Amino acid sequence: MLLEISGLTSHYGRIQALKGIDVTVGEGELVALVGANGAGKTTLLRGISGVQPVSAGTIRFDGQDITRMAPEARVQLGIAQVPEGRQVFGPLSVEDNLRLGAYCRHGTDVEADIKRMYAQFPILKTKRNQPAGTLSGGQQQMLAVARALMSHPRLLLLDEPSMGLAPRLVAEIFRIIETLKGEGTTIFLVEQNAYAALAIADRGYVVETGQVVLVDSGTQLLANEKVREAYLGQ
Amino acid sequence: MFAEFLQYLLSGITVGAIYALAGLGFAIIYNSSHVINFAQGEFIMIGGMATSSLVAAGLPMWAAVLLAVLITMLVGVALEYFAVKPARNADVVTIIIITIGASIFLRGMAQIIWDKESHSLPAFSGETPIHLMGATIVPQSLWVIGVSFLAILVLGWFFNRTLFGKAMLATAYNRLAAQLMGIRVKRVLTASFGMSAILGAIGGIVVTPITYTNYEAGVMLGLKGFSAAVLGGLGNGMGAVVGGLIVGVAESLGAGYISSAYKDAIAFVIILFVLFFMPSGLFGKRGTERV
Ligand SMILES: Nc1ncnc2c1ncn2[C@@H]1O[C@H](COP(=O)(O)OP(=O)(O)OP(=O)(O)O)[C@@H](O)[C@H]1O
Ligand SMILES: [Mg+2]
Repeated sequence: MLLEISGLTSHYGRIQALKGIDVTVGEGELVALVGANGAGKTTLLRGISGVQPVSAGTIRFDGQDITRMAPEARVQLGIAQVPEGRQVFGPLSVEDNLRLGAYCRHGTDVEADIKRMYAQFPILKTKRNQPAGTLSGGQQQMLAVARALMSHPRLLLLDEPSMGLAPRLVAEIFRIIETLKGEGTTIFLVEQNAYAALAIADRGYVVETGQVVLVDSGTQLLANEKVREAYLGQ
Repeated sequence: MFAEFLQYLLSGITVGAIYALAGLGFAIIYNSSHVINFAQGEFIMIGGMATSSLVAAGLPMWAAVLLAVLITMLVGVALEYFAVKPARNADVVTIIIITIGASIFLRGMAQIIWDKESHSLPAFSGETPIHLMGATIVPQSLWVIGVSFLAILVLGWFFNRTLFGKAMLATAYNRLAAQLMGIRVKRVLTASFGMSAILGAIGGIVVTPITYTNYEAGVMLGLKGFSAAVLGGLGNGMGAVVGGLIVGVAESLGAGYISSAYKDAIAFVIILFVLFFMPSGLFGKRGTERV
């Protein structure tokens, strides 16, 4: 397994946001984790990236225990995250955002990668010199994905990439995620949009209040009565 | 009439350049940590005092300048390491109070290492005044203005053209996202204190031949730099430069046309005015962000 999380807990002061999470992601897999508002999805992804302290449990990446590793060391190992709410660097240009995505690679072939991103996301090329903050929500999301890809990740963490986007753009974002999977990228996708996420996932997890309540293949979860009731509104 | 005005303007721009450098120092640290570093003025003092004593000890001017800048930078980095970093979980107000404490400590140390006397430096290229449309300017003023201008250009280049400069801006704007890019935000914090100290030292060194310096010279300069930063909009680098020039010129015109007794009061009137009527300053946050 590329990513193995076991018994992970995390607190905000006295509030326990994660209550012993077990999750695995295999090489080349697209794993979706769905859950309602406040279930702990963002906390989990931040824990994996090392920007949220965890109180117990372990995170292993490619066999190595990274539970206490500094965030930058994890990026160097190949863990990249597209954070919730996109979080592009608003005052900096689109191109500078991409360069910072490659910050950990110390300048090797960055220009070639930027060209590749422009080929994959032509709109970013058009806007290359504009401040990222002036882009529309959908464009910012593409930039956030491209910025994460600039680090050549072995594992891509996506936190609600469809949040706040118009339906047409949501479809486009999920198409991009499928393309990335097709190219062999390992993806851990966190979503409130359970239907779209499970539809493209190899496997899925359902979390409620900091705990995993269901694990199955994407298609099985989509067909599951409880999931349909709670998350698909059917 | 015009000659008199020009005279005030030139001396205003000269001190304004120093305020601009101090204001930039405030802006850089504020951006990376949201801390207002009230020891900024002490960097200016240490730059001047160290150079003066190293020259007195027989070092050539260039070596004394380099060493003094290096010493001041180390003081800045040490301030961050020993005073600010241990309190990183404290709220910002606490950290600001820590910097005030540090400024008192640094003044005390300066008094022990040096003394309470006034110190000077020889002017870099003589004292023969240059005449300009009826006004006169000492060559050192041109050094002050030129060196400050150069420092600002280098800083602009650093932030706009180097990857680490961009990483500093990114960290200032969004710390979490910066961490997710693998930027070591601790290193950014250290760098911001080091850079602010260098700016202060440079200002302190070039202005010492004109104004002289002593262990508490940093107090006023720091406060003026702070008014410059507030006037320009805290955290806005270009704003701090413009703010510095405005404070310097306003002060010089006020001292010339009203009374030199009010010279220092003018900067504080500006601070109060800005805080009451335009808290985000002249160039406060621009709205380029879309949610
Ligand atoms: N900074 C914080 N301080 C205190 N509690 C927090 C903080 N951030 C999150 N929490 C709490 O931790 C729990 C998990 O939050 P988290 O943001 O991980 O949920 P989420 O599944 O990502 O939700 P959403 O779908 O709204 O993004 C929630 O109960 C939330 O209230
Ligand atoms: Mg979330």
